[in-house]
Order: sequence, then structure tokens, then C-alpha cells
Amino acid sequence: MKTDLLMNFSVDKENKTVNVKREFDAPLPNVWSAWTEAEILDLWWAPAPFKSKTKIMEFKEGGRRLYAMVGPDGTERWSYFEYSSISPKTNFKHSATFSDGDGKPNSEFGSSYWDITFSEEGNSTIVDITIRRDSFEELQKIIEMGFKEGFTSAMQGLDKILAEK
Amino acid sequence: MKRDIFQAIADPTRRAILVLISSSALTPNAIAEQFQTTRQAVSKHIKILNECDLLEEKKLGREIYYQLKIDKMKEIDQWLEQFKAIWEQRFSQLDQVLLNLKSKENEN
Repeated sequence: MKTDLLMNFSVDKENKTVNVKREFDAPLPNVWSAWTEAEILDLWWAPAPFKSKTKIMEFKEGGRRLYAMVGPDGTERWSYFEYSSISPKTNFKHSATFSDGDGKPNSEFGSSYWDITFSEEGNSTIVDITIRRDSFEELQKIIEMGFKEGFTSAMQGLDKILAEK
Repeated sequence: MKRDIFQAIADPTRRAILVLISSSALTPNAIAEQFQTTRQAVSKHIKILNECDLLEEKKLGREIYYQLKIDKMKEIDQWLEQFKAIWEQRFSQLDQVLLNLKSKENEN
């Protein structure tokens, strides 16, 4: 298994975008499935100890994924993706909006817009993600702060898993 | 009392206040008008934001205007490192999922 997988992370404040690029040691169809099928997404989308719980998955243009990040204490943070464009095994675009469990948007925050491109490079797959925000440039980052507490325990959780192996 | 900047942004109302005062200076009344909570609740949030040293106070006549200290928000950049770390963790989980998919295929 390849261990030196490429990862790029950059922030363009002027254009209010975050770019994340990552190489995966797997064939493109598997990586595409992992990003677009609810059962597989739920296995990795939430950084442990959070769990991803997808309630609705309609992976088609105009369709939605309604899901929650479930904290270790059972707290659910809901959001939905709305897919605006899908080019199978190449690219998909969606908006991401915080909501309640029924998919009613939380009007306090704007949406962010995701553009995800998949490409093959030898035996690996490159996933290139651009996230653009439509409101105050720091906002999305701030919202994600909800993970601050979660993340510390996440790292401890990871240590635990690694120790068990 | 000195507070941690992360206390400022741990609350959704306070995050919304920060957004409001990031573009223009507002009086406590003008801020309170934007929320469905009581004036007292908003005052309490403003007090906390002040203790986090995130507010620039300007007096104009009898009114106090609050504006966001943008420089202070740069501390949030450190948070960016955590955002990056979240993606790293997410991806290492995905690596594992992809590995499992591969071994499942090999079984078939």
C-alpha cells in the first residue's frame, strides 16, 4: 500500500474558497462510490467519534443528501447537500446548508458550494475539492468550530483504534 | 475576565453577531433587533464578546457602536489547522474504507 499519498490544502481568502486535493490508492470507480453512496459515505464522512447518519440520499441532479453528524453524546447536527450537477465518475457539484432533521434550512448561515473532481493517475485516484462560501468569509470556518471539542476527543479515539491494531 | 476566543464562537447567536458587526459598526439596540431573543440575552452575548476582546467600541454622541476587531479573528486561522486535520482524519478513514472495498472485491 502506498503511504506517501499526496494531500494539498489551501485557502484563498479573496475568493472565499478552500481547496483540498488528495490522492487515494484505489481505482476511480471505488473512490466515486465512496463519495456518492450513502452506506459507504456514512463509514468515513464524520471524523470519529462523530458518526455520519444519512437520512435521505438522492444522488441525482436536483436531489438531496440529508444527513446528521452525530456526536458521542448523541447530539445531531443536520445539514443537506443539494446536487446541482453530476458527471458520472468525473465530477459533481452541490451546495451544503445547515438544517434541521427535516431538511429545513437554518437561515442564520449561508450555504457553501462544493465542486469535486475525480481523476485517475496511474493506479491512484485524485480527488480535488473546492469549497466556496457565499457569506462572510470566516463564517464557514467558524461554524465548523463545533468540531473543536469533538476533534480533541477524535484524536484520542484515533489513538485508541491505532493502539488496538 | 479574559476569555478564550473560542468561547466567542461556540454559540450560534454570538457567531451571528460577529457576522453582523464584521461589515459595519452597530449599536446594541440595532444588534438586538436582528434576533428574536430578549435585549438582555443579546447584551449578555455582547458582554462575552467584549471579554473575548473581539469588539471595537466607538462612542458617537450618546450611542455606543460595536465593530469586530478583524485582527483578533486571525486567531481563528489556527483553527484552520484543525479544519485541515479534520480532513486528514476523514481521508484516513476513507483510505481504510477503500482498502476494505478492495479486499471485498478480491474475495469475489
